[in-house]
Amino acid sequence: MRDVAIVAFAQSDHLRRTDELSEVEMLMPVLHRVLDTTGLRAGDIGFTCSGSTDYLAGRAFSFTMALDGVGAYPPISESHVEMDGAWALYEAWVKILTGEADTALVYAYGKSSSGEVRDVLTRQLDPYYVGPLWPDSVALAALQAQALIDAGETDETALAAIAARSRAAAVDNPHAQLKGPVPAGEYVVRPLRTGDCPPVGDGAAAVILAAGDTARALCPRPAWIRGIDHRIEAHSLGVRELTRSPSTRLAAERAGAFERPVDTAELHAPFTSQEVVLRKALGLDDSVTVNPSGGALAANPVMAAGLIRLGEAAARIHRGESDRALAHATSGPCLQQNLVAVLEGESAHA
Amino acid sequence: MPDILSAPLVVAFPFTRSLGPVQSAFLTGLRERTVLGVRTGDGKVLVPPVEYDPVTAQEIRELTEVAATGTVTTWAWNPAPRPGQPLDTPFAWVLVRLDGADTALLHAVAAPGPEAVRTGMRVRIRWASERTGAITDIACFEPYDAEAGRPAPHSGEFTDPVHGIVTPARLDYRYTPGRAQSAYLGALSERRTVGERCPSCDKVYVPPRGACPTCGVATAEQVEVGPRGTVTTYCIVNIKAAHTANLDIEVPYVYAHIALDGADLALHARIGQIPYDQVRMGLRVEPVWTEGGRHPDHYRPTGEPDADYDAYKELL
Ligand SMILES: [Zn+2]
Repeated sequence: MRDVAIVAFAQSDHLRRTDELSEVEMLMPVLHRVLDTTGLRAGDIGFTCSGSTDYLAGRAFSFTMALDGVGAYPPISESHVEMDGAWALYEAWVKILTGEADTALVYAYGKSSSGEVRDVLTRQLDPYYVGPLWPDSVALAALQAQALIDAGETDETALAAIAARSRAAAVDNPHAQLKGPVPAGEYVVRPLRTGDCPPVGDGAAAVILAAGDTARALCPRPAWIRGIDHRIEAHSLGVRELTRSPSTRLAAERAGAFERPVDTAELHAPFTSQEVVLRKALGLDDSVTVNPSGGALAANPVMAAGLIRLGEAAARIHRGESDRALAHATSGPCLQQNLVAVLEGESAHA
Repeated sequence: MPDILSAPLVVAFPFTRSLGPVQSAFLTGLRERTVLGVRTGDGKVLVPPVEYDPVTAQEIRELTEVAATGTVTTWAWNPAPRPGQPLDTPFAWVLVRLDGADTALLHAVAAPGPEAVRTGMRVRIRWASERTGAITDIACFEPYDAEAGRPAPHSGEFTDPVHGIVTPARLDYRYTPGRAQSAYLGALSERRTVGERCPSCDKVYVPPRGACPTCGVATAEQVEVGPRGTVTTYCIVNIKAAHTANLDIEVPYVYAHIALDGADLALHARIGQIPYDQVRMGLRVEPVWTEGGRHPDHYRPTGEPDADYDAYKELL
């Protein structure tokens, strides 16, 4: 099988509002930066894949407008997933493995400021039994958090510590939206307080994938994708064991995460309580640096936050700060779907 | 830089959904104050019921009645209810395992405060006074300390079963078109049409979106185009508009692509003041503004000779 690596990563500054920018105006500088990193031009890219959702913008086919930022003429090979960009990266990885492309541009963006993201996300729920009750994203995460507290796996103090650690780590992240000491705040939906919840904001991210020697030519230390897998659980919350994430566990197994220890983990946990579930599923102990970027608690551009986990993990390998990193992305309520990738720098495998 | 525009944008739709046999029985049951579950191959009772076993994916149809009482398996106190949620005063979100069921249902518990709710608490259904066959026929749950009810077989047959539901959805947005389109709309309010030139390929895009779709680079240089232009292609519309703003437009009418002079992209607009069957490719047109209008109402012939095909063939 071909070796495929993440060779470049760029992201926008993540901001509460970006009224002066259309989606393509927000995305384009990120695309230019990621291309500049490799010296590639848009026309050199073999495959382009993006992740976003119309529900954030409230407009049909909004991703076609964002394509203007790519330079889609002469015609390019392109695809879109109505998912986080992490799943677009998965599609691009498959495209390169099949030999249909040597390079791929993957991007994702979300402008949550256009609407009320808590209400918008209710529209992804079962439309017969759950959607008509409009349970918002914080409410569903809070049900999971209470289940963890009842099971004795965490408490509000431990959750606040996760928030504090994430926001402290984000001080070194120039793109983060929330950083430094952030008060725990009032209950949004008890037991989750403001500090346990991600900021709402606008942002975009992009990565470039390349195969074999092309990757080596484009990047001094490519982040090789040693394995990547994604799994989904039953939609109905009532049939799931909310304190566990068997889909994360299985995806990590299939991605080879447990073959050797990782030194870094970028976890897509928009709520503090979800980090508790993910750490257990992935068997992460204190020897692993978790979310040195600050994670989704520091910046959570919906549809891009998962791709950013892959990008941040890869960037640490590019910089020589990690030899073997795990990156995780999630989608759906209470960690319904999970993607795990294992990335390695060249020397780690010698 | 011009003021950045923003405007309310409402997306609302009454989604009509059909029900399969299991969902139909469950929702009809709620209308009749009866809660039905479905039994899986290994004997578990799922409430709310599904048509396929979540573990084996086998089709399941065996319905069972469960009690209207149950136990809270997890909860979350909601101090500030949002539009559409079951109660408009603070309440607890809950997963409730009804007596006789092996899985839990998501709903709300009415309680005076968070101290009145706990995992393991006993609750019963408070039925909505008017029931139509929907999950909202359960108004909410309420605390209830009593014996557990028992499951009983049920045929799932009712007179006048519910076969479909309507689930209205409304989301409120504030649309902000960004820098380039704000400038375009601002110029239109002065009856000018402004595009943007690509610094790489020199093409002028109208309306501008801030990027050249060919080169993938930012456009910034504003260029006034028009007001006159050429019809590049058109269609004849025979469906009367339903929108209140367009009720006075008689059918058939012509909708056309118009290449404004100086633009490298055609925009589209209605053609008026000429019989619909006399509109043609190459027709020269100009905008007609109505009093207070923020964009041209329609375009009309200028009376100039038609443009040569070669002059606009690249814009088709
Ligand atoms: Zn251009």
